[in-house]
Formats: sequence, structure tokens, C-alpha cells
Amino acid sequence: MLKVYDTELRSRLMLGTSRYPSPAVLAEAVRASRAEVVTVSLRRESGGERAGQGFWSLVRDLGVRVLPNTAGCHSVKEAVTTARMAREVFGTSWIKLEVIGEDDTLHPDVFGLMEAARILCGEGFQVFPYTTEDLVAADKLLAAGCRVLMPWGAPIGSGRGLNNLFGLKALRAHFPDVPLVIDAGIGVPSHATQAMELGFDAVLINTAVANAADPVRMAEAFAQAVEAGVAARQAGPIEPRDLAVPSTPVIGTAILR
Amino acid sequence: MKILVNGAWRETGAADLAAALEELGYGGSTVATALNGEFVPANLRAAAALAEDDRLEVLAPMQGG
Repeated sequence: MLKVYDTELRSRLMLGTSRYPSPAVLAEAVRASRAEVVTVSLRRESGGERAGQGFWSLVRDLGVRVLPNTAGCHSVKEAVTTARMAREVFGTSWIKLEVIGEDDTLHPDVFGLMEAARILCGEGFQVFPYTTEDLVAADKLLAAGCRVLMPWGAPIGSGRGLNNLFGLKALRAHFPDVPLVIDAGIGVPSHATQAMELGFDAVLINTAVANAADPVRMAEAFAQAVEAGVAARQAGPIEPRDLAVPSTPVIGTAILR
Repeated sequence: MKILVNGAWRETGAADLAAALEELGYGGSTVATALNGEFVPANLRAAAALAEDDRLEVLAPMQGG
């Protein structure tokens, strides 16, 4: 079981709800993924169309926990205000805190992130900061009151997998007891398996499922991949080595020269 | 008076935020509001007086990653 703040989760896969071909496919993909947590956002609502009301009704019917984000926020003030609005609308203190510092890579602004995290933790939020693999930033986010970290694998939507393997391994080794969720950049199920094999606690996937040719089948593939990675981690993988080691016993080899 | 609602100018006769939401068609909707960049909780909307050129944001649940 994964424990984030005071909540225990069986599934190590969290799913984003954006960019699916239709609401029906989204709902089916969430079910296929076996995710217990889905991410959501807040956007402008038109008084005439009320598009958000239908979406919210669909998500509530899925019976999963929601993790609202502050996507699109570039300043501490925007992120803090969005978090406060999200807490009221979604009825949860969970907030996936994003403060974006650079638009081409959607690189987290870790300085703004720390400041926003400090404010929100002080207001009783349970903050899930979207951060980098930077050890010092991680340390300061924990000092600000965060009990979970969400380091990126690669830029959001890029599908590049775990870009900085060394940095991510160092983060895992440095904070063995902090739940670490790889958020962003996962492209294929093998990336998710790799994250779990390295000892990360969960992965958050969106684009890789939503933009797949068959999102429901891909959601199922990710569910299996995450389970395989968790099992492998628990089973204790061997260390890679540079030279071959015969797997078949050498003793008793026939001499047939 | 004229207020900016989600980036578009609207004419309203409402004196406070709660009345404006009704007038603009948000009655009964699950929305969160911010007035001039500051969050206004639902229970304080009736006490939030509107003034000319106020900026109102009305947000609702939406897809997110």
C-alpha cells in the first residue's frame, strides 16, 4: 500500500483526465487503468454552456479521488489563489502544485513552488509539488511542509521517459521514506515499469494514455506495467555488470575437442 | 455597471457577487469565484459588493493532467 498524507492507495498509477477523444473514452480508460486518483483542473466556465458541470458529474460517477492541479500558473499568487478555489470546488485539501517557470519545457519554477508550498501547507493543504529531481529543492519543499514530491521524468507531454536517470536515482536514494511520484514525461509503459523498478512509489500519466490510438487499451497496458515494476522492485533486481557470466553451470561441461 | 467576467465585458445590475452569478446564468453551478484576483469563498459572495470595472473570474471543474 502507498500512503500519501493520511490516505492509503492500492494502485500506483494516477491518471490525468485531459486530452481524451471523448468523455466516454476517458471514463473507460480510468476504469481500465485501475487508478484510484485522477487529476483535474479549474478553468473558466461559461454561464451559457456550463461545460464544467458535465465533466464534474462524470468524474464523480467514477468513484475515484481527485487531485486538482494549478496547471498554467506562472506566479505564486496565481497558484495559491487557484489552490484555494480548487479546495472549495472539489472538496479536497489535496493540491498538485504547479508553478511554471519556462514555457517551452514547462520547467517548474522551484523558487515560486517553495513559496507557494509554504503558504498552502500553512493553510492546511496537502501539497503534491510538481518539481524537478533537484535534491536541494526537494529538501526545501519537505521543509515547507510537503509530505509527497512529484519529480518530473521529462517535460510534460514529451513522452521521453526518465530523462535524468542519475538525478532521479539520487533523489530516490536521498529520500528513502518520502513518497515520490514520477509526474510528466512518461511515454510508454516500459518507462513506468522502469520508474517502479527504481523504487519510485507511483507514476502519474496523462498524454501517453489519452493520445494513444486506443487509450483504453493503453490504460490497461500501463496498469500491467506498473504492477510488473512494483513486483520487480520487491523481488530485488540484479545489478548490471560489464562482462558475461555463464548462466549454465560450467562444472560438468563435456570435453568434446 | 460594466464588469469583466472571464475576460469579457458584461453589463450587470447586480450589486454583489452572489446576485451577479445568478444574473449571468451560473445559478446552481459548481463554480469558484475570484474578484480582482482574490478568491471569494461561496459563503462570502453575498457580502462581496461589485464596483465598476471589477474583474470577476468564474471557474469550474475541467480536464487536467
